[in-house]
Amino acid sequence: MSDIVAFNSVADEAAPQVQTDRVIAGPRGRKPRRALSGRNIMIYGTLIVVALYYLLPLYVMVMTSLKGMPEIRLGNIFAPPVEITFEPWVKAWASACTGLNCDGLSRGFWNSVRITVPSTIVSIAIASVNGYALANWRFKGAELFFTILIVGAFIPYQVMIYPIVIVLREMGIYGTLTGLIIVHTIFGMPILTLLFRNYFAGLPEELFKAARVDGAGFWTIYFRIMLPMSLPIFVVAMILQVTGIWNDFLFGVVFTRPEYYPMTVQLNNIVNSVQGVKEYNVNMAATILTGAVPLFVYFVSGRLFVRGIAAGAVKG
Amino acid sequence: MAGYTQGSGRPNQWLRNLNAKIASVPMILTAVVIFLGGTIWTVVYSFTNSKLLPRLSFVGLDQYERLWDAPRWLVSVQNLAIYGVFSLIFSLVIGFVLAALMDQKIRFENTFRTIMLYPFALSFIVTGLVWQWLLNPEFGIQSVVRSAGWESFTFDPLYNADIVIYGILIAALWQGTGLVMCLMLAGLRGIDEDIWKAARVDGIPMWKTYIFVVIPMMRGVFITTLVIIASGIVKVYDLVVAQTSGGPGIASEVPAKYVYDYMFQAQNLGQGFAASTMMLITVAIIIVPWAYLEFGGGRKRV
Repeated sequence: MSDIVAFNSVADEAAPQVQTDRVIAGPRGRKPRRALSGRNIMIYGTLIVVALYYLLPLYVMVMTSLKGMPEIRLGNIFAPPVEITFEPWVKAWASACTGLNCDGLSRGFWNSVRITVPSTIVSIAIASVNGYALANWRFKGAELFFTILIVGAFIPYQVMIYPIVIVLREMGIYGTLTGLIIVHTIFGMPILTLLFRNYFAGLPEELFKAARVDGAGFWTIYFRIMLPMSLPIFVVAMILQVTGIWNDFLFGVVFTRPEYYPMTVQLNNIVNSVQGVKEYNVNMAATILTGAVPLFVYFVSGRLFVRGIAAGAVKG
Repeated sequence: MAGYTQGSGRPNQWLRNLNAKIASVPMILTAVVIFLGGTIWTVVYSFTNSKLLPRLSFVGLDQYERLWDAPRWLVSVQNLAIYGVFSLIFSLVIGFVLAALMDQKIRFENTFRTIMLYPFALSFIVTGLVWQWLLNPEFGIQSVVRSAGWESFTFDPLYNADIVIYGILIAALWQGTGLVMCLMLAGLRGIDEDIWKAARVDGIPMWKTYIFVVIPMMRGVFITTLVIIASGIVKVYDLVVAQTSGGPGIASEVPAKYVYDYMFQAQNLGQGFAASTMMLITVAIIIVPWAYLEFGGGRKRV
């Protein structure tokens, strides 16, 4: 019985909103309109212009990255390339220079992977167990700590950066990937804990009680009941963390040494370096490469991404 | 009860619910040590004359006086104010208008939403670099318009100290309005269909219904969006670093960059702490009234 209730609530969560006004029989809705009414032309016209505006930078980025430098100097940025070349992409990936290092963005890419994957896993593991404890195993003082955590999410990072530097230095991990992973876990905690706490609190309580009666303890209930039932929210949390951590710049630049710089930091160093001739095509190829991972996550995850950012918008 | 020890009188309070407490240790440490402790630490040290290393030699409000005398800080605050006001107004207005258009039961809604929201998936660094390229006077929009025949056309915000902050604003709006649109659209979808029917029966024009009926009903959504945008504005940093690095000169500096530069480059920690405390105060001014209205007034809102 309780299984069904639980399943329904998960299904409800996952299903898109259904129109509820299905009571009236007979013809429903407004009178059908002509497709080309003035109103429609205005609405679609505006939306198409807006859409073009949003797409323009992406288009220019791709076009620029496929041109050779002579063509860029001559032509305009909106024109498609006369002669398509993939050299800028190869150079951006394998041999673009930051300072004395000339091994391209690939190093930053792998650093970002080595930062994002463990940070995502650790932060979600900690926050989900924590949210579960807050939702189902309330203890004295829990609400107080949780309130501090949520209020803390609004404090500008700049206020807390230096004390964290000191703590990490004392622990001997300042400048390492481990240190950065801890930082991402800390700053991901408020929003993730909130996300999981609210989700677990929304699950039917009978389910939890039945498991308790059957003698299941804290971890058994978490792993055998809560976890399998909450896959959608885990996916939302993952989207949130992967894009957020991949796009981070401030923590990367503050908490790691240059050899561990994430992709965003390295990209900025390549493009904004003052030495040498500016190679705009390489810069744009590098920019697309850096944006590719979050864009991929975005296009693959669709609606879940919207839910993720609606929850994560608080993070700023 | 888990951990309930029977027998010798009182149960041990600390052992009750032990697993949940263990699971919450990271949260407790983060909340108390980092968020609370770290904030207090920074505020306390903003009253010292720490330079290369934090030292507890108090100098009263010296750092703050120096801060408010520094031209660079004044420019930063002014930029943040301009950027903040305009990005609030524009993202709310544009976001709402787009959401209202999207709410007209249109076709291809998903496509339009996907297009408007994709910039939000990109980092500020990527956003800043793309717009740096588009606004490049030699090759970008300006040069295209000029080569099309309008020789005197000037559009080089990133190289003009007077308007550089608007160049950053353009990029920020491109990145963020999609999110505002989504939040607003969710709010519009929450409005009862009967309201629209009643307004139509009474013959009230659509724009009037929006302004006088729907927007007041969406008060909660507006306030939440406002808080989200506002707390993002105070943190603006990456975008400026990528797009202009604060230039030309100091024309596009922002407070978050001031903090970083003084803490990690100029080795003047006291200034960094004082500046970051000012950021904290700014956020508090935004958040406290909101939190009071939302949670303190005794009314429940979602």
